[in-house]
Amino acid sequence: MAIASAERATGSVHLTGRRLPRWAPWALAAASVGVGLLVQFSGITAMGLAPGIVAALVFLIGQTTASGIVEGRRHAVDRLATTLVYTTFVLALAPLLWILITVTIKGLSVMSPEFLTGTMRNINPRDAGGGLFHAFIGTLIQVGIAALIAVPIGVLAAIYLVEFGRGKLAYFISFFVDVMTGIPSIVAGLFIFTALILTGVLEQSGLAGAFALAILMLPVIIRATEEMLRIVPNELREGALALGVPKWKVVLRIVIPTAISGIITGVMLSVARVAGETAPLLLTTFLAQSTNFNPISGSQASLPTFIWDQISRGTNAAVDRAWGGALALILFVLVLYAGARLISRYFAPKTS
Amino acid sequence: MSKQIDIRDLNVYYGDFLAVEGVNLTIKANSVMAFIGPSGCGKSTLLRSINRMHEVIPGAITKGQILLDGEDIYGPNVDPVLVRRTIGMVFQRPNPFPTMSIYENVIAGLKLEKDKSRKESMDDIVESSLRGANLWAEVKDRLKRPGASLSGGQQQRLCIARAIAVQPQVLLMDEPCSALDPISTLAIEDLIRELKDRYTIIIVTHNMQQAGRVSDNTAFFNISAVGQPGIMIETGPTSEIFTKPQNQQTEDYVSGRFG
Amino acid sequence: MATITQPPTQEQPLDPDGIAGSSVRRGDRTFLGLSTGSGIFVLVLMAGIAVFLIWQSIPAFTENTANPLTEQSWLPDADPPVFGFAVLFFGTIVTSIIAMLLAVPIGYGIALFIAFYAPARVASILGFLVDLLAAVPSIIFGLWGLYYFMPYVVPAAEWLSQYLGWIPLFANDPEIWTKSILMAGLVLAIMILPTVSAISREVFLQVPRMHVEAALALGATRWEMIRMAVFPFSRPGMISAAMLGLGRALGETIAVALVLSAVFEINWQITAPGGNSFAANIALKWGEAGDVGRSALIASGLVLFFITLIVNMTARWVISRRKDFSGAN
Repeated sequence: MAIASAERATGSVHLTGRRLPRWAPWALAAASVGVGLLVQFSGITAMGLAPGIVAALVFLIGQTTASGIVEGRRHAVDRLATTLVYTTFVLALAPLLWILITVTIKGLSVMSPEFLTGTMRNINPRDAGGGLFHAFIGTLIQVGIAALIAVPIGVLAAIYLVEFGRGKLAYFISFFVDVMTGIPSIVAGLFIFTALILTGVLEQSGLAGAFALAILMLPVIIRATEEMLRIVPNELREGALALGVPKWKVVLRIVIPTAISGIITGVMLSVARVAGETAPLLLTTFLAQSTNFNPISGSQASLPTFIWDQISRGTNAAVDRAWGGALALILFVLVLYAGARLISRYFAPKTS
Repeated sequence: MSKQIDIRDLNVYYGDFLAVEGVNLTIKANSVMAFIGPSGCGKSTLLRSINRMHEVIPGAITKGQILLDGEDIYGPNVDPVLVRRTIGMVFQRPNPFPTMSIYENVIAGLKLEKDKSRKESMDDIVESSLRGANLWAEVKDRLKRPGASLSGGQQQRLCIARAIAVQPQVLLMDEPCSALDPISTLAIEDLIRELKDRYTIIIVTHNMQQAGRVSDNTAFFNISAVGQPGIMIETGPTSEIFTKPQNQQTEDYVSGRFG
Repeated sequence: MATITQPPTQEQPLDPDGIAGSSVRRGDRTFLGLSTGSGIFVLVLMAGIAVFLIWQSIPAFTENTANPLTEQSWLPDADPPVFGFAVLFFGTIVTSIIAMLLAVPIGYGIALFIAFYAPARVASILGFLVDLLAAVPSIIFGLWGLYYFMPYVVPAAEWLSQYLGWIPLFANDPEIWTKSILMAGLVLAIMILPTVSAISREVFLQVPRMHVEAALALGATRWEMIRMAVFPFSRPGMISAAMLGLGRALGETIAVALVLSAVFEINWQITAPGGNSFAANIALKWGEAGDVGRSALIASGLVLFFITLIVNMTARWVISRRKDFSGAN
């Protein structure tokens, strides 16, 4: 420590590093916008870059340089990182807002009572008119059946993982549930096609589509339920078991009710996720132009395949209908999504 | 040289909530000041405001002055980063960086700023810092091992070595022994007595015996009720606070009647 | 000294054997059987997917007269059948790489913004907004990409080609700018953004506050704190987030099918069309495929299944290893 203390004796403290004044970033931002406007209106080309990009680059380089000269390298790097982090967030929100606004405007232009209640039966692709009633009914039926299949299996599997599972088997199941969340949706469709349609168990129908969607829902439901069951306090279980209540009753009467809001949230999120799936349905339900209430027999439309069908017809009227379908689909998904959030917010068990 | 700290009319807030009110206190250079008082009296909050760690919590602000040898650390143009380099801190629970080795932990703060005036090599600084924290003999053969592989008491001394490696003027210690066993606690207390030759030290402690063993001066804090701000009741040489306190509240506390 | 390293208590609510084993209650046994069966069903399902896809792709592999790994055409219903996965490998991997290069750093940035930069009051709302992006169905990404995003990507591609065209990757000999590989990569990047940012945000929020404070107390700036305390602690989670994003990009079907031209050839010039992805190719060719054609598409689905399986298993394996060095927490 000898050297160190000798130096310390001579060293003076300075708490006031040189800082850029508070107005500096704002002034620089204004200047950058000015440069951007210059590029926009003066004909200076700046390598053909868009004015917004030029302004952003001017700000980024200007601030880092100024900060580097005045405040030193460390603060310059910190400012650069801060600016970039804020930029990434804007970059993420831009497409979200862009998509939502576009879908809303384009979708509203074709929305009408006829569009909601009509079908595509006997509608020429080139003509306006027609509707998505058949597709909406198909989506409700398929997603509903998928939930009926996936919810009991998923909740039971989660109960196994939380209440009973240990050792290698539980580890493997847990691991493959995670892996299963990453299965491409088209693979689920291919599986149902090979396992149920090619083998003659089912024809191409709403039910076959529902099975494919159920595969995609299953891991989401298991994970959500598992998380909820794990935060149910052990004291509740032990208290009931100590009273001599059998385990299965403890789970059904105490654990599940405590976690029910979280489970419902998970189910709604998984429904929202699969409601927009197109790829597996293309292989399992086929396209249909009229309403089919029967999930077991005959092809059945759905909102995503309706949009796909209209886009691939390519006429102006058909693409307009696709935007109408997109608006209906996104509203359906967002209602489920927002509902799930509200349930989880207002009915969640207090964890602390 | 180490520095004197003068706290003047300091109020510390969490958002709208006033946590500490109206503190006036001087901490002399090369002395150990102990903050004592019941839980929730704001002594840790006050400590964290002395190196501007308080404001890391969203909404947390201070009003008043804290002077470091006459310079207000809350003055305009003061860089909190420089304040924290000058006023080091050791936390309640040992917090070495889990992914770094013992060696890397010691130089973690140093690597941020290449100080050209220091001619010592990193190895020398690591050795002198670990010696300064009374840890060198125990770890010199395993500097490449993870910091988290040490015992709790050793980890806390590693954190002290990490703090003194950047050559601060003041060391703040927030209940540094509360997570340690008695033997490790004694080792840290010995170290504090040695460190005051080189640093001004402020230690928050729940343990009055510890305050008695390590500190020159003591400040007692209290709150009148939950939700009320913490205030400093009394300060003075530790021996006087413990034997003949001026204030009834202090006497009740040090004699163990409450808290 | 046991104050810091907590004993690794696996949270196990109760001893199931003590109850299930000694109990003769039919209710308990039925319940245990049902829940165990549901768990095992997941394993059966995964195995079933592999088995059925393998079984149904056998015809294609036996009929094929070309090397399936190197052949660059897709004529499974011709006589004799000729098809290979080379173009699909190329298209899938290159579009996914472009998506990763953009989405991974931006996704980390968003996660950092929400965890460390945004005011606490708005952080959760902002997180919700990013999650909303994940809720947008992929067909809507495709529709928007095709009609609204592409008009902006085309000039960007032309700019790249004009100023960076000396790099072969950015050249554009066919002079076709729409439905390019770059376009597909960009749409995929937007789609996997919420995956990458949501998982890395979770990981960042798990960084113990005491490590953050330790770095700040040493006089680190916010960025230095992130590099010192956050990144080392979060590295496995960040890798895992990137790989899960990759898994999603590799398997995305409909959006790619809409914005990537179905030209079946390898073209390294990413501002032009060229290549196709496994998933999109299945969706595009399914309707017109004959018997061998379907089998060939199923075979390509099998390849896709195994690719994503490996990627996802690696991602999960990486994140599960983080427990080994959680250190003083």
